[in-house]
Amino acid sequence: MSPVLEVRDLVKEYPVRGGLLRRETNTVKAVNGISLTLERGKTLGLVGETGCGKSTVGRCLVNLVTPTSGAVLLDGQDLSKLTAKELRAARRRIQLVFQDPYASLDPRQSIASILVEPLQLHKLAQGQESQRISELAELVGLSQSVLEQYPHELSGGQRQRVGIARALALEPEIIVLDEPVSALDVSVQAGVLNLLDELQVRLNLAYVFIAHDLSVVRHISHEVAVMYLGRIVEQVTTDKLYENPLHPYTKALISAVPVPDPRIERSRQRILLEGDLPSPLNLPAGCSFKSRCWKSTELCDTLPSLNAQDEHFVACHHPEKA
Amino acid sequence: MAEVTAVAKLPSNGRSKFLQRFIRHRLALLGGLTLLFLFIACFGAPIFAPFPKNQQDLLLGPVPPSFEHLLGTDDLGRDYLTEILYAGQVSLLLALSVALVSTAIGVLVGVLAGYKGGWVDNLFMRITDLFLVVPAIALLALALQGLGRSPFSIVLVLSLIGWTYIARVVRGQVLSLREREFIEAARVIGANDRQIIWKHVLPNLGGVIAVNVALAVASAIIIESTLSFLGFGVQPPQTSWGNMLSQASGLIGTSKVYLLYFPGLFILIAVLAVNFVGDGLRDALDPRSGSGSMQGRKRK
Repeated sequence: MSPVLEVRDLVKEYPVRGGLLRRETNTVKAVNGISLTLERGKTLGLVGETGCGKSTVGRCLVNLVTPTSGAVLLDGQDLSKLTAKELRAARRRIQLVFQDPYASLDPRQSIASILVEPLQLHKLAQGQESQRISELAELVGLSQSVLEQYPHELSGGQRQRVGIARALALEPEIIVLDEPVSALDVSVQAGVLNLLDELQVRLNLAYVFIAHDLSVVRHISHEVAVMYLGRIVEQVTTDKLYENPLHPYTKALISAVPVPDPRIERSRQRILLEGDLPSPLNLPAGCSFKSRCWKSTELCDTLPSLNAQDEHFVACHHPEKA
Repeated sequence: MAEVTAVAKLPSNGRSKFLQRFIRHRLALLGGLTLLFLFIACFGAPIFAPFPKNQQDLLLGPVPPSFEHLLGTDDLGRDYLTEILYAGQVSLLLALSVALVSTAIGVLVGVLAGYKGGWVDNLFMRITDLFLVVPAIALLALALQGLGRSPFSIVLVLSLIGWTYIARVVRGQVLSLREREFIEAARVIGANDRQIIWKHVLPNLGGVIAVNVALAVASAIIIESTLSFLGFGVQPPQTSWGNMLSQASGLIGTSKVYLLYFPGLFILIAVLAVNFVGDGLRDALDPRSGSGSMQGRKRK
């Protein structure tokens, strides 16, 4: 099956300007050569700590951010090479749900007008807009009365459902979910995650699920890519990743997830990473994780490539034994 | 879903909340009513004024305030209250037009500069700097000398000078709005710049714009009066509060000095009232002021 979305060697650099003349003095490599594929109806989880570039990847996918180099291919079409009109059409097929449900809804718009906007922009459901937005509200589990309300009158969970409904309005094939539940209470998270699960099955959606919470990602993803400082360090199916992490970083991340059983929790071995994240302004040569890795050797001064063993991709000179 | 229906029943509509807050602001309400009264009195002058416009009574001459002539009469025996009401038409209309036109220019420039950024922003902001460093009164006097002193050119010139303040305020607001996620969200669903500005940027500037119109009316009344007083504004035989002041200024030190006080008093009342309305608008439109709006504070 051909992938619906493909990312090839994506790089995004941000210039750092300084001095009196605001000359470019340095660049931050937010995303440093990432390749991904996503198949129809599947979920790809993208995890990593704050600042590793995962949100930038998400923004590149919907062309909110133009990549410095590399390509985002939607059914083989390079998004950055489209004309404004073609891009508009492509936007129907790939949508984004934002992290912050408070900031991503216009405070001056009622929920109905938020949901009608994408329909009007793309001339969908003409003459039947109000019917369609009722449908959308129902689809995401919002009552009809919410439609007349304003964002500040809704709870975080309701707002995020509005955000999801807005993305669904255009009947996309792919939804990029940029930490869709990390701003919500834990009790509400489950509801939204189950909704996403349900919608995926019903509408055959493909998700790119960006998160820093490994347990959330495990719940929803078919495949997971772990990012560290703009690069993918490990990528494999979800079950394999959690049972048998090969990269030391992944191992450390997974060991940080608490287990809801006090006996196991007490005896569990935790890996505490030492040191700080290196500055993305000044990335060390070689493996970017070596400054915090307990396994690093001289070999790590050269950049490890992302190699596969049985579809299990890992970029490390000293992977765990499978 | 029980929770959802419960929330829906709360009587909270943005507009009515705004009205409640505005009414709670006593001074604003007082200012609003005063202003309304002034407008009705001035523009209804043909009905309300005690005497017809310009009706002279040369035999009577100047008399102090009495029951027949509430504010007295001027040298030609014209009823002063009648004159002030008709002059108010000119002053208020000029001020309102100046406020609207200068706000429109300012909003346009501010939105473009803030939204586009880069060289557009730089260019517009240096132009506003230029307007801010040149003394306005001198510029006005020169411009009116050149353009003639019809009400139209007065509005034009005052607006061309008054737009810089609102342009700066709007630019600042747009700079911060532009970074908000709902603008990005609009882009993701396929809106272009024009659609984003109309649908998301301008509505979120509504408060700032309303407040500015009110405050601009106040300052326009004062500037117009100043100019007319100095002889650069509205020219006789047309009257405005400013040139009534100017005509009466020769009376300082005589017993008829009350003719100077009355137009001044009307200017004072109008400006104060508009300022109170502006304050009230600002408070009412800011969700962080007053009570019962904790939700507006949730963000950050």
